[in-house]
Amino acid sequence: MDILEDILQKEAKKSEKYKTTDVEKNVELELDLGNLLALDTNDLNLQELKSHKEKYLLNLARDNTQLLLNKLWDLPSERREDIVVAKLPAGTLRLPREKPCPKPKPLTKWQEYALEKGIKKKKKTNAVWDDIVQKWIPRFGYKKAELERQKDWVLEVPGNADPMEDQFAKKAEKKKEKVSKNEFQRLRNIAKAKKIKVPKEGLPSVANPSSDLLNTAAKVARVSTASLGKFQPKLPKEKTLKENVIAPKRVKRDHSKISSIDEKSSHLKIIDSILGKKPKLDIEKAVNRQVFQEQHE
Amino acid sequence: MPSLQRVQKPTTRKGKKILLAKEPKVFEDVKKKLFLTGRKASEVLRNCSKDLYKLSKPHAVILSRKNDILPFENIVPVENLCRNNDASLFFFSTTNKKRPNSLTIGRLFDGRLLDMVEFCINDYKSFDQFTASIPAETKPCLVFSGELWEQSQELAKVKSLLVDVFRGEVIDAVRLQGLEHVIMFTATNDNILMRSYQIQLKKSSTKLPRVELEDLGPHIDMVLKRTKFASEDLMKRACRTPQEAKSKPKKNVSKDALGTTHGRIHMGKQKVGTIQTRKMKGLKKTAAEKRVARKSKKAN
Repeated sequence: MDILEDILQKEAKKSEKYKTTDVEKNVELELDLGNLLALDTNDLNLQELKSHKEKYLLNLARDNTQLLLNKLWDLPSERREDIVVAKLPAGTLRLPREKPCPKPKPLTKWQEYALEKGIKKKKKTNAVWDDIVQKWIPRFGYKKAELERQKDWVLEVPGNADPMEDQFAKKAEKKKEKVSKNEFQRLRNIAKAKKIKVPKEGLPSVANPSSDLLNTAAKVARVSTASLGKFQPKLPKEKTLKENVIAPKRVKRDHSKISSIDEKSSHLKIIDSILGKKPKLDIEKAVNRQVFQEQHE
Repeated sequence: MPSLQRVQKPTTRKGKKILLAKEPKVFEDVKKKLFLTGRKASEVLRNCSKDLYKLSKPHAVILSRKNDILPFENIVPVENLCRNNDASLFFFSTTNKKRPNSLTIGRLFDGRLLDMVEFCINDYKSFDQFTASIPAETKPCLVFSGELWEQSQELAKVKSLLVDVFRGEVIDAVRLQGLEHVIMFTATNDNILMRSYQIQLKKSSTKLPRVELEDLGPHIDMVLKRTKFASEDLMKRACRTPQEAKSKPKKNVSKDALGTTHGRIHMGKQKVGTIQTRKMKGLKKTAAEKRVARKSKKAN
């Protein structure tokens, strides 16, 4: 019996030493543990609020926080990276997002085709072995461009090509066309995704076009003929701009590079063909005319 | 990297990453705050903005210049500034004779105004006036006291805005020893009182800790003035969660009283008669037995 009394006394002392964690409230708090939120709908003691404002608020906050933390301590805990954490449930208060829900992006023209045919992307290596230079060169980028420039110090003229053609310019032109085609296809995909209708020919119509837009439209219209605008008469106040003009490339023959023998022979050929022109003689007609004249003499 | 639906492509990889970060996501990051001043600033408002900025670092931006904007008349300049800084919460402070020390707190959805509330600050006590301190980026516990938060429709919406502002990051687990900050909002008939305290956990006779609070700051006494709330359907649209964010309940898994997890697997119908088993020659039917079985079958 003595031992029991001792234990009970000890326990009573212990609980006296520490302050209680219980809080009494008329109305229970509405807790949203996911957001660490507590709503206390009990009446405020307005008199105390007026007289001892800060003290009253501190005690009120302490009580409400105690209740909130009591509930938080009851949550299941787990260990994450050597730290014991309490797993919070999902928040009940529905708060608005800052941006709308992400919409799935529509497939591009190529992606649809690949899906239909079952074409899967092949994983490509980062670097490619180049035999000429005996090095691993990246598949794209400035290092590859540098290497290509070094390798292209000479370009072969193919068998059926014009010997006077600039192969370097031809190569550059091809690359430019590829890039612009890719850009066109990218913009077409974006227009399809945003459901913007783009006309097949010409520029899309705008409600209030700016002067830049109108100039571009005039340029595009001028060049949209079979001869790429070469024989198109100019409008009264139209300015011909040298830059960005879509015109055919004139093949300039460099006359200084032809030998004198070849030049002489080609010139003589022209002269011979002009002076050597003999009138065509229709013998049958001549004979018939002679016979007619003799008959009527 | 996913593609951007933009006519003008970003020229650098870093630029592309920044643009991709601004795209809408399934699970959103912390809302960024923008602090700006109107035609005239005041000492109180400047301190208030600075303190709230310190609480929200690094997800906050302070604009130092004064702007000739009146949010309740034309909100478009504020929307533009928020769009440039990728912020969806703004704190607009002005002061004039008619509305001294007015702080307008608002939130945006999809670059357009959602809610806006104007408070008039009567009394303000900054961080510096108190000795306590907490580490940066601590998630606060929020307490709303007073039955007005539930009874009044307007205050319920104000509560939603305040939670959005002070909530911080959305988390699924918390280190209990790290709960150091609590903010309490008390609503009386005249004003709203904001008090901020540091939580100190003391020993108690039970396993639950005894909570003691110490004044941390800022302490703000404010009066609710003008409000501009979103229409019901706009709010509904803004609160929509994408399909991927909705948690689907796991079917066919249950836990019994002892804590063991039970799972149900659905199998197809088994052809018991034709299961491949070990052949036991002694149990095989003899020719005579087979004849008998055939005869009985014919009879049936």
